[in-house]
Amino acid sequence: MNAFRAALGRELLVLWRSPAEIINPLFFFVMVISLFPLAISPKPELLATVAPGVLWVAALLAVMLSLDGLFRRDQESGVLDMLLTAPVMPVVPVLAKLLAHWLLTGLPLVLISPLLGHMLQLPDAALGTVMLSLLLGTPALTIVGAIGAALTVGLNRGGILLAVLVLPLYIPVLIFGAGAVSAAAGGANVDGILAILGALLALTISLGPLAVSAGLKISSGN
Amino acid sequence: MSDSSTRLELVQLGCERDDRMLFSGLSLTARAGEIWQITGANGAGKTTLLRILVGLHGFFEGERRWWKPQWQQDLLYLGHQPGVREELNPLENLRYACALSDQAGDPMAALAAVGLRGFEDVPAAHLSAGQKRRVALARLWLERKAVWVLDEPYTAIDQDGVAQLDAQMQQAAEAGSLVIYTSHHRVGEGVQRLHLENGRAEVLS
Repeated sequence: MNAFRAALGRELLVLWRSPAEIINPLFFFVMVISLFPLAISPKPELLATVAPGVLWVAALLAVMLSLDGLFRRDQESGVLDMLLTAPVMPVVPVLAKLLAHWLLTGLPLVLISPLLGHMLQLPDAALGTVMLSLLLGTPALTIVGAIGAALTVGLNRGGILLAVLVLPLYIPVLIFGAGAVSAAAGGANVDGILAILGALLALTISLGPLAVSAGLKISSGN
Repeated sequence: MSDSSTRLELVQLGCERDDRMLFSGLSLTARAGEIWQITGANGAGKTTLLRILVGLHGFFEGERRWWKPQWQQDLLYLGHQPGVREELNPLENLRYACALSDQAGDPMAALAAVGLRGFEDVPAAHLSAGQKRRVALARLWLERKAVWVLDEPYTAIDQDGVAQLDAQMQQAAEAGSLVIYTSHHRVGEGVQRLHLENGRAEVLS
């Protein structure tokens, strides 16, 4: 537990001192969504129809782009070797890293999403669902993406490979996430869809960090 | 932490990399209180051998036996890269290393011991290569582990630092730790030597 707390503090500090890593995904998310009304027509009905998909696709890509460098600098500086030879199970620092990463890159997306939803003419009643679906969905995206990042950390340019590995696994989260927002915009009950998102999150939280640790071991040469 | 049962046994160890045999038929027993230096030219397989010992590299023939199943608890491994993140200062780097390796001790005193007094809160990005290496080496001045595996610990270290490091390794060995390190330029005194060359490994004493 002590190791977890120390690791979490360290990860938050490292991220905090490289602000670009925090701002880039948020900036990407806001830019993509604000460009949509300019590119397609700004008719309210049309925007409201595409809004759930646009919001979710932008959030998904923002999370994925932020993950490419998740372990790279730790690997280059030798911290990863230290982590894998430590008496503490690698799952502990990995979980701390994922939590810190989500808190500083995923959570800001969740917090700003109602504003962007409003901009895309979503009914106010659906804005809560936008936030809730992203709150359940973005951590799952972060964890699943981290598995890909762990497997590609040894490669020089793992970016495209990461996308190829991870995108198929993102599809269920995308379908249910965007589905929940669409249903809420149409006035339907979304409890069931959110429950499925919650289940996906529970699955990734419980098994994901183990898969990430295994991926790091494979990348190191085991 | 140290006890006399500390032991490493290698039986017919061999490793192939990129269709080239780095070494084969390597057998030795290293015990508590010994210092082993691994020498060899660039690319002879020193780092790979150390990575096999600490469990970072899993593709090898033969057997590597540590004295107990939870040997990682008592291992201190300093890799080729110092393991220092540039965003953090030496103290933060060392604290994280301690938390991961379950090491107790006073990080401030350890940093002072390696000559970094006054640099505790300077971002590591502003430190020289030698100073970064010293941040990593400061772990040798914390609570002692039973096995030290050090990859090129002398890299970028000045003469005084080299003497200090020698003394610290000697002291650890006398206190019952097993020290294994690589170095390709200087030959230590009173150490067991393992030389890697052209796919062969021979023990010189």
